[in-house]
Amino acid sequence: MKNYEIVSDPICIEAVTKKVMCPTAGAVTTFIGTVREFTKGKQTLYLIYEAYQEMAEKKLCQIGKEIQEKWSEAKVAITHRIGRLEIGEIAVVIAVSTPHRKDAYLANEYAIERIKEIVPIWKKEHWKDGQIWIGDQREQVAYPTGKPEEDLLHG
Amino acid sequence: MVKILWFAHLSEAVGKRELEIEVAGMTVAALKKQLQEQYPDLVLEHVLTAVNEEYVADDMVLDNGDVVAFIPPVSGG
Repeated sequence: MKNYEIVSDPICIEAVTKKVMCPTAGAVTTFIGTVREFTKGKQTLYLIYEAYQEMAEKKLCQIGKEIQEKWSEAKVAITHRIGRLEIGEIAVVIAVSTPHRKDAYLANEYAIERIKEIVPIWKKEHWKDGQIWIGDQREQVAYPTGKPEEDLLHG
Repeated sequence: MVKILWFAHLSEAVGKRELEIEVAGMTVAALKKQLQEQYPDLVLEHVLTAVNEEYVADDMVLDNGDVVAFIPPVSGG
């Protein structure tokens, strides 16, 4: 069982959450990222996701380790889908379990923020009138040393 | 030989997904400069570099067998 996966087929939400279920858990949060039809008024027809698969799985695993450093009893599973996704389809599922609920919410949000910083996955928006690779959703464009600063890379 | 992997708009700019070149001993910065001269449509500003699946700085020196990936700002999630 892999807790950190890049897949081409539709994601089964329950299969991801099951990976973090355990007797010490008192809370499980599941984040489901889906393909949105409208962004700032512009209509998306579909998305293409592409990944540097081996590195992306490694970086998802790194995010899991960072979470366990911050919330030691957390269990984490993340699956991200690539390829063509239609409106409403699931792009990512993040499941976190912890003994108490607050940590499960916080750790789950931490995971999605980190995915948008360090995991090599890109999406291409296809609109009626064109298409473009989307970069940098966090609007941090400047990498003066050629890579993200240490705190961004290591959490 | 060093293998270079291209993703997202970068693979469209160079028209391929992989490239093997003799650049052992060169720094990442020097490689970027050489590639931008070779491919006029290639913009490597704001693009990170990973060597063997880890992010590296521009002063890293490349070795034979390294796999270099240029990582444009990511947009997963």
